[in-house]
Amino acid sequence: MEAAAVPQELPPDCGVHELFGYVGIEAVLEQMKVKTMKMGFEFNIMVVGQSGLGKSTMVNTLFKSKVSRKASQPGQEERIPKTVQLQSVTHVIEEKGVKMKLTVTDTPGFGDQINNENCWDPIIKYINEQYERYLREEILITRKRKIPDSRVHGCVYFIPPTGHWLRPLDLEFMRRLSKIVNVVPVIAKADTLTLEEREEFKQRIQRDLKAHAISVYPQEDFDEDPDDRLLNDRIREKIPFAVVGADQEHQVNGKRVLGRKTKWGIIEVENPAHCEFPMLRDLLIRSHLQDLKDITHNVHYESYRVRRLNESNRPALSSNNGLPGRDEDGDESNL
Amino acid sequence: MSETRGGEPSAQKDGLRSLPLSGHVGFDTLPDQLVNKSIKQGFCFNILCIGETGSGKSTLINSLFNTSFDDSMSTHFHPNVRLKAQRYELHESNVRLKLTVVSTVGFGDQINKEDSYQPIVDYIDAQFEAYLQEELKIKRSIFNYHDTRIHVCLYIISPTGHSLKTLDLLTMKSLDSKVNIIPLIGKADSISKTELQQFKRKLISELVSSGIHIYQFPTDDEVVSQINTIMNGHLPFAVVGSTEVVKIGNKMVKARQYPWGVVQVENENHCDFVKLREMLICTNMEDLIEQTHTRHYELYRRCRLQEMGFRDTDSENKPVSLQEAYEAKRRKFYLELQRREEETRQKFVQRVKEKEAVLKEAEQRIQAKFEHLMLMHQEEKQKLEKKRKALEEEIALFNMKKANAELLQTQPMVSTPVSLKRDKDRKK
Repeated sequence: MEAAAVPQELPPDCGVHELFGYVGIEAVLEQMKVKTMKMGFEFNIMVVGQSGLGKSTMVNTLFKSKVSRKASQPGQEERIPKTVQLQSVTHVIEEKGVKMKLTVTDTPGFGDQINNENCWDPIIKYINEQYERYLREEILITRKRKIPDSRVHGCVYFIPPTGHWLRPLDLEFMRRLSKIVNVVPVIAKADTLTLEEREEFKQRIQRDLKAHAISVYPQEDFDEDPDDRLLNDRIREKIPFAVVGADQEHQVNGKRVLGRKTKWGIIEVENPAHCEFPMLRDLLIRSHLQDLKDITHNVHYESYRVRRLNESNRPALSSNNGLPGRDEDGDESNL
Repeated sequence: MSETRGGEPSAQKDGLRSLPLSGHVGFDTLPDQLVNKSIKQGFCFNILCIGETGSGKSTLINSLFNTSFDDSMSTHFHPNVRLKAQRYELHESNVRLKLTVVSTVGFGDQINKEDSYQPIVDYIDAQFEAYLQEELKIKRSIFNYHDTRIHVCLYIISPTGHSLKTLDLLTMKSLDSKVNIIPLIGKADSISKTELQQFKRKLISELVSSGIHIYQFPTDDEVVSQINTIMNGHLPFAVVGSTEVVKIGNKMVKARQYPWGVVQVENENHCDFVKLREMLICTNMEDLIEQTHTRHYELYRRCRLQEMGFRDTDSENKPVSLQEAYEAKRRKFYLELQRREEETRQKFVQRVKEKEAVLKEAEQRIQAKFEHLMLMHQEEKQKLEKKRKALEEEIALFNMKKANAELLQTQPMVSTPVSLKRDKDRKK
């Protein structure tokens, strides 16, 4: 009753083999595409920033639809909530056969109080709650075929365009949150800064982030290969993106463009010379959406899981005061 | 702290609003992003090939993947069934496939075949177990874990033309809930077309009546459902494998040459090899992998966790009960360990005592002996003392006599020295 291969060892590797003719292995790519398109995608994004920085407008511009309701519209209550409250809205959007379930979590009340201590706590709690929900589903004995994913894949943090430095609130928040979620900082309402001011502001922010060892998305540690690194380095040079949001269309040179109309001109949102909104959109949606999800799943969720599963072991360890070797290598299934 | 808005009158049945987009957002590239990631990671595919020795397993695999994997013909004299696994890496355009082929060695050769299927079941379970262990670890790296679970089992039925052998039935029955089984008729060039139809019908009806679930190609996706339904009707595939090429017309094709003709492997009229390759690789590889993960692995995981004593009890205790169960188990284990340690220690103490007693006894015996010897020694000494004294007295007496005799000698005659000498000798 012997099996030739012991489970922990892989069978002998006979190396790369030449194919003498067409086999059809690459059809698996097509199969995969079809399968994922049938299943649909989920994407959860969170926007954080003080009120009035244009968060809802930005989200609407990103997804070209009325995803969030702006707080400044007539008929809406213009009350600043006493504590940070999180509101999630879920929509299904479809483009060229690809269905996406988009959830946008807004955080009105963040940074709006006089005393803003611990205003990040409700946000951290929310993010951890989503991880917890996923963890619970994952360790069930009879689990669902597809575990519903409500974990926050990306958190867009809006920096007010002061042009000076990052404020203590910004630093505190980004420091804490970059450990548990992908943080993408953006300079909001960037049309109040000239291009030079913008550049200097960015440099100062980058230096600040580096000085405080805050790693925002795309994180350097997760670059997989030189191509990735090259691509991400270019992005990292430009972080944080200076964005302007707009949901109204105007006529410019005979074309209808999204933009903000002011007395001194029309700021075209999608014009790379005017603002960096296209770059943000490309990063978040067109090129790195899957990467955001993967890093959330493989890194942030895993570290949450490790913390959570170790939590329940701690009290046990102290009462057992022996067998130290068993928990150190983390193998809990050695029962 | 979070509330979901969405109770609009125009809500969809799952409570989610569908939003129209007023422009091109760009997330239609999502499937491509996903595919690019997979290309970078590479794909893993594991095939298990079961068949009697000489049924054509190695040749079939070589033909399927258009390459020659190292394989020498194996003997019929293996004492039990073993599994031989080999890993290969195949490249085609930009797809990297890490292929693992596991074949049985010595299947169906033994005189007593009762245990033939057990090593196979054990191997499949072992792969599931390894994955489960990795998933249960606290610090795990499951996204770059090399998946060794068997995705498909190609079961090669001997072309007898009659029906399934008992061994086949038994093996397939024990495997059908653990792996996707695709039954094949090997060396199908030994059956004629009409016999083949009958044989296939017989096989399918036997499989159905024995309740064996073989893998059905999925028919829920419109793109492939039509072709899959047709293929489902052709199961089991009658295959012929060959790595030799023969010139037909002006092309070199894989074929087997007989005096009466040439059997072309890739000719659909001759055998179902092309169908198998289509179904296995081009159309359903992804589905096979998914079924393995979502159906067979989940079943294994469920059974195993229940075996280990975990339960999903009430809704508020879910994760906690898992951890509490872990806790309880760990405590129990530790107590058990302590108990065993105590026991061993007791035994050890006992043994030490016994040994000590034995040694003590031995010591006492030796002591007694020693004293006895000492006593004897003393006695001997005393005896010798006495003898010495006696001897000394005799010597003293003798000396006296000698002195007397010498005294007498100075006065008397010649004869006395002779008698004295004689006396001296006698005395000595």
